Amino acid sequence: MNARISDLLPPLLFGVAVLALWEAGVRLLGVPGIILPAPSAIFLRFISSTPTLAADFLQTIRGMLAGYLIGSGAGLLVAILADRSPFLQRGLLPLGNFVSALPIVGVAPIMVMWFGFDWQSKAAVVVVMTFFPMLVNATAGLANAGSMERDLMKTYAADYSQTLRLLRLPAAAPFVFNALKINTTLAMIGAIVAEFFGTPTVGMGFRISTEVGHLSIDMVWATIVVAALAGSSFYALAAWIERRVTFWHASYRAREH
Amino acid sequence: MKNVLPVTTVLMTLLAIWYVAAALMNAPLQEDAFANAGRADYSTGELIAASWEMERPKLPAPHQIVAELYKLTIDTAPTSKRGLVYHALITLEETLIGFLFGAGFGVGLAMLIQSAPILDRSMTPWIVASQTVPIIALAPMIVVILNQFDIGGLAPKAVIAAYLSFFPITVGMVKGFRSPDPLQLDLMRTYSATRTQTFVKLRAPASAPFFFASMQIGAAAALVGAVVAEVTKSEDGGLGARLLAGSYYGQTVQIWAALFAAAALSAVLVGLIALAARAVLRRMAFSR
Repeated sequence: MNARISDLLPPLLFGVAVLALWEAGVRLLGVPGIILPAPSAIFLRFISSTPTLAADFLQTIRGMLAGYLIGSGAGLLVAILADRSPFLQRGLLPLGNFVSALPIVGVAPIMVMWFGFDWQSKAAVVVVMTFFPMLVNATAGLANAGSMERDLMKTYAADYSQTLRLLRLPAAAPFVFNALKINTTLAMIGAIVAEFFGTPTVGMGFRISTEVGHLSIDMVWATIVVAALAGSSFYALAAWIERRVTFWHASYRAREH
Repeated sequence: MKNVLPVTTVLMTLLAIWYVAAALMNAPLQEDAFANAGRADYSTGELIAASWEMERPKLPAPHQIVAELYKLTIDTAPTSKRGLVYHALITLEETLIGFLFGAGFGVGLAMLIQSAPILDRSMTPWIVASQTVPIIALAPMIVVILNQFDIGGLAPKAVIAAYLSFFPITVGMVKGFRSPDPLQLDLMRTYSATRTQTFVKLRAPASAPFFFASMQIGAAAALVGAVVAEVTKSEDGGLGARLLAGSYYGQTVQIWAALFAAAALSAVLVGLIALAARAVLRRMAFSR
């Protein structure tokens, strides 16, 4: 327990110091609220506009979650299917790597045109953004099982699906979770950016772009706080599930000592 | 080179799927167009052919995008605001400036984190947290803040590009600076090398492969940042502004052309870094 506290203390102090500096700087220098509001002002705004913020959050999170699940799921599925054909794999992998480096958020206006203004179009953007990281990582993960273990499975006369289920999917799990963690961030970005291209009048991206127009900057920051909390918790959730599922992996075992 | 055949096969399959999808998605629109023109005597072949040549299709056929790209790059003067070259150069400039600052900041931060354990422990969680925050959401804010100080033009977009690119570089470089194995570090100790000497002679050279890998990710991230920043501040042009304009006016072919231009730009940047990496790493005798 003591070790936990001493782990948490330095970053906590750093965070508090930054907030204090921000507050003091804004007050002492008299920075106007339309440029940079003080943390206390943002907090007050956060409290007073909770219903709006909650509605925006629910709207955005719906598209984000749907897209995240479909995109990551499809990426994993295609990786498993392509795994049976080395030819397909050699064709898909360079392409997947290439596409992962492209500015995929650009498909947002196209998806808004295809699927309308509501959350479905946001989910579609997120699907496209999360698919390729999962495809690339899962493919690398499926190749990760060692040849010794594979030979062992062969001596047991295990068929393809048994080997997949008992050896190769577990061996791929750290890679899959890596993609799941990367995808949490990408999904947030995709869902919010897609809202810049058209939304019903609710949603975090919509809120940010309209409130900037009205110069109510404290509201923008309050929305950013919500986005930050949502993004961090989503990431933390993925990391927590990862620890529960791949507790046997070297990167966690080492930490216990 | 052994991947050429599989990659071409997959590409060809994707192209075929694309054409089929374009025909399926555009056909209803084209049927309406034919009905409006009072034509009822068209064959299925004609319908399909027409659905690949529509002016505002739901999904343009690949050859339409290529034709649009050709028209906007080769047939249009590079200085014309209607052409893609003009906008691509704006995006490229923002990306490069942002990337240079982001890379400098990223490497600097990695050196700090590597040299002082207390900084590592107090800052690393926040740097990680800063990435789970959708930085893109901050983009309009950064534009507003800098506008208040009369810093307009490229700067806000370059800042966003830098913000997006520094993180993968910091993470990669910290890993790189810590990549020498304990034997090598012990050897430096037996030479009674100072921390600076260990850094200059062992850690920095050992980090070269990590350096290039993180530069590739950082450059791609910087381009994403620049494009998104252009969407939120579209009046000075750029590929992101073309995306937004295309979506306002329903010009699907224009959107796809801008998207492909951005993809090409990203591929060129990443490819150039990969070439540099190959040349340098070979000279440094890193076996790949």
